[in-house]
Amino acid sequence: MIDLDDTDRALLRDLARDGTLSAGELGRRHGLSQPAAWRRVKRLTDAGVLKGQRVLVDRAALGFGVTVFLGVKLATKGRVSLEDFERAVTAIPEVQVVQHVLGLFDYRLRVVARDISDFERVLRRRIMTLPGVGQVEANVVLSEEARPGPLG
Amino acid sequence: MLDDSDRRLLRHLLAEPGLPTAALAERAGLTTATCWRRLERLADSGVIQARQAVVNWRALGYEVEVSLRFTLDKTHPRAFDEFLAAAREVPEVIGVETFLGRVDVRLNVIARDLPHYQQIYRERILTLPHINDIEALMLIATIKDSAGLPL
Repeated sequence: MIDLDDTDRALLRDLARDGTLSAGELGRRHGLSQPAAWRRVKRLTDAGVLKGQRVLVDRAALGFGVTVFLGVKLATKGRVSLEDFERAVTAIPEVQVVQHVLGLFDYRLRVVARDISDFERVLRRRIMTLPGVGQVEANVVLSEEARPGPLG
Repeated sequence: MLDDSDRRLLRHLLAEPGLPTAALAERAGLTTATCWRRLERLADSGVIQARQAVVNWRALGYEVEVSLRFTLDKTHPRAFDEFLAAAREVPEVIGVETFLGRVDVRLNVIARDLPHYQQIYRERILTLPHINDIEALMLIATIKDSAGLPL
């Protein structure tokens, strides 16, 4: 596992907010030369700590006003049914996130829809028809906030 | 307003956010210069809000990720505000969501291992104000994680 110093943590905090910052700009902020900042970012990337980028968009402006988290319990269990369910659920374009979890549910899904009636269509036609699907609980997202996490 | 080219561009950008602009332009059927201009316009108009680096907590030794779902004591008028303010102070909380539904708030919590999780849970989570009930879902595997929209 990679060891981080305070400067590494500061670079990660900055990049987690704005992934487009150049090595030059990062260096200026933290008292490093451009090559020194670049070497640190490369080391973090090589160690797998920096893992690509994410693009945040205004989903409502793009016509997707509703985000829902679904907790799904499978009615039948066993290896085959998990694989069938996972294959079918990942193919649904409105499903952004699929997580296998342990607890009250078997899967957590993040679903986007244009509005509540569009969500109902996705739920009825796509989710409830998935192989092995049992109990489903829906919670509509009101707000979301990413936190910097333990980067000191 | 967005036209079909914008939508195509956004669809490819969201599906593969790390793609260099030239490759993105090719996929969306645009010249690189047009692609740049459109990306800039989408950013200026606030459709593209940010591009952020993804931090892989596992590579930093955080092996455990738990989704904690809370119902709050809503008889207290400031329950949400006070709970959220306190939750933001917990460093291991990497995400906060509020909901309309049976669950009021969800916190995404990471920990180095199970003993560390237990410590965070007891010392930092159970001490949060106005909790009525907590359910935990432990992450086993992320099968799909995409910001893609069916544009």
